[in-house]
Amino acid sequence: MSDVLAVAEHRQGELRDVSFELVTAGRQIADQQGGELHLAVIGGDAETFATELNLDGVSVIHTVDAGEEFNHDVYTQVTEQLFEELQPGTLLLPNSVNGLDYAPAVASRLDVPLVTDAIGIERDGETEVTREMYGSKVETTIEIDSDAVAVSIRPAEWAAAEAAGDADVQAFDADIDESAVGSTVTGFEEVAGGDVDISEAEFLVSIGRGIEEEDNLPLIEDLVEATDATLSSSRPIVDNGWLPKNRQVGQSGKVVTPDVYLAIGISGAVQHVAGMKGSDTIVAINTDPNAPIMDLADYAIVDDLFDVVPQLIDALE
Amino acid sequence: MKILVTVKEVAEAEDDFEIDGLDIDDRYLEYDLNEWDEYAIEEAVQIKEDGECDVVSVTIGPERAEETIRMALAKGVDRAIRVWDDDIAATDTLDPATKADVLAAVVAEEDPDLVLTGVQAGDDSFGATGVALAETIGFEWGAVVNALDLDADAGVGNVHRELEGGIEELTEIQLPAVLTIQTGINEPRYASLRGIRQAQSKPLDVSTLSDLGLDAEALESPLRRTAMYEPESESDAVVFEGSPEETAVELADLLRDAGVVEG
Ligand SMILES: Cc1cc2nc3c(=O)[nH]c(=O)nc-3n(C[C@H](O)[C@H](O)[C@H](O)COP(=O)(O)OP(=O)(O)OC[C@H]3O[C@@H](n4cnc5c(N)ncnc54)[C@H](O)[C@@H]3O)c2cc1C
Repeated sequence: MSDVLAVAEHRQGELRDVSFELVTAGRQIADQQGGELHLAVIGGDAETFATELNLDGVSVIHTVDAGEEFNHDVYTQVTEQLFEELQPGTLLLPNSVNGLDYAPAVASRLDVPLVTDAIGIERDGETEVTREMYGSKVETTIEIDSDAVAVSIRPAEWAAAEAAGDADVQAFDADIDESAVGSTVTGFEEVAGGDVDISEAEFLVSIGRGIEEEDNLPLIEDLVEATDATLSSSRPIVDNGWLPKNRQVGQSGKVVTPDVYLAIGISGAVQHVAGMKGSDTIVAINTDPNAPIMDLADYAIVDDLFDVVPQLIDALE
Repeated sequence: MKILVTVKEVAEAEDDFEIDGLDIDDRYLEYDLNEWDEYAIEEAVQIKEDGECDVVSVTIGPERAEETIRMALAKGVDRAIRVWDDDIAATDTLDPATKADVLAAVVAEEDPDLVLTGVQAGDDSFGATGVALAETIGFEWGAVVNALDLDADAGVGNVHRELEGGIEELTEIQLPAVLTIQTGINEPRYASLRGIRQAQSKPLDVSTLSDLGLDAEALESPLRRTAMYEPESESDAVVFEGSPEETAVELADLLRDAGVVEG
């Protein structure tokens, strides 16, 4: 019950970063209880992935021959079987888009309580998970009263494990019931192409829901023109159809690393931050001094964008 | 064909708020229909407009939530169910597994071919109820769906799942299924005046746990919220002080110094 089972994630032939973060989080939890860390690599080139994930602190890596790409029905079945076999106290999964697609199913099938999107986990006797609520405005702790628990971790919250290890690599022979696989992945599509590549820009003026209405966009376009910047945005602006998809910064949009990222009326949700935290200098204009974007900002103006932006245009002309 | 849409009224915190015990003080919370559910409702209504089908919405929520449910009815949902009773009202945390159990009882009564939920609720962001529900009722599922093409004759939904990094996964999902709907999949309509009038006469039934064949035991959860606090600010931002005119000048200087604007 002191052991941890973590499930790695890969796509199109590559391990995703969160797999290495799961090793760090898993090791931390196993250490709190004197247990072992088991890692599962399901599908894809599992052997090669196992070599890459053979990191310090991993006891056993279970490779499972199970198709090329992620399929939630297959992942659910395999994870369930590995869990039954190993009886770990903690099942650690990624809170990635694919994690969202199988973690609740696995937990439900195993009848193990699940807490998603963890940013902190304590396991000694009691299990306590830290997670955010209300758009990152508050943190909460959740106590789980159960011997076995499932937790999905927020990507980029734990450091990636790096040091080489000497784990046992074992093939796990999963028994997949094909009749219970009711979904088929037929391909992938890259979206958000087009004439502008915001990831190439040196200076991004990025606009969020604080702009309120499409009719207010010209104000920002004036600023863009006055500065020769490139215009980008948070997701709601694209969802509303005010800007095309190729302008979206974030987890499901583009990752950008400009010299200056000017976030106007953007709160700094984790999925947005995933796309811009590598910017050299981050400047925020926001009425809320406690908005999560302030944690990243190098410079900030805590004020109404409708007052500041016209003045900024003036000051630049 | 019948579609069940799960909806939730979520709380949003104002910029300035106080925490009272384990939650934000109600005075600082505003309630609204969950952003993701707006898109789920629109998707269901569009499917209905394309062919014959019934759209029923279900929410677990107090009487206050009827305002948001009426909006769903005004946008074209045919009928609504609100699940509530004293036991639910007295429960602190309805975790996704618990909600899935309650919603499963509704599915058993309604027998839909398709269940649409939001990817997550904007307040607690668990992002788990839809898929947990699918597993509980033995439906297929797909999470974070941002395009849906239903082929009812073939009994499949062809979906795009929005992955990270601008990649979409194309997946064929057998019906019956639960799909968790991502924002941006469609353009949610505004309710028309006519719709709002019609909504007043559409059925909105309240079900208690016992109506659904459940009892308070269904609400027991191993999860317990033990604390809520404002995280300590990690901000070391230089905050420009002064009037908009003054702060704008400082920012303009900064941009010039950084070499991203001329001058
Ligand atoms: C699976 C998934 C993937 C996602 N992918 C992405 C993604 O790729 N990119 C992305 O951006 N989001 C993504 N999101 C959505 C994300 O969670 C947030 O909902 C979104 O980033 C919020 O955008 P926002 O900051 O513009 O809006 P809000 O969070 O509403 O913030 C608006 C901000 O504007 C400020 N403001 C309001 N009025 C003014 C004013 N007059 N002057 C100054 N400031 C003002 C407010 O204080 C607030 O901080 C994703 C979500 C999910 C579940």
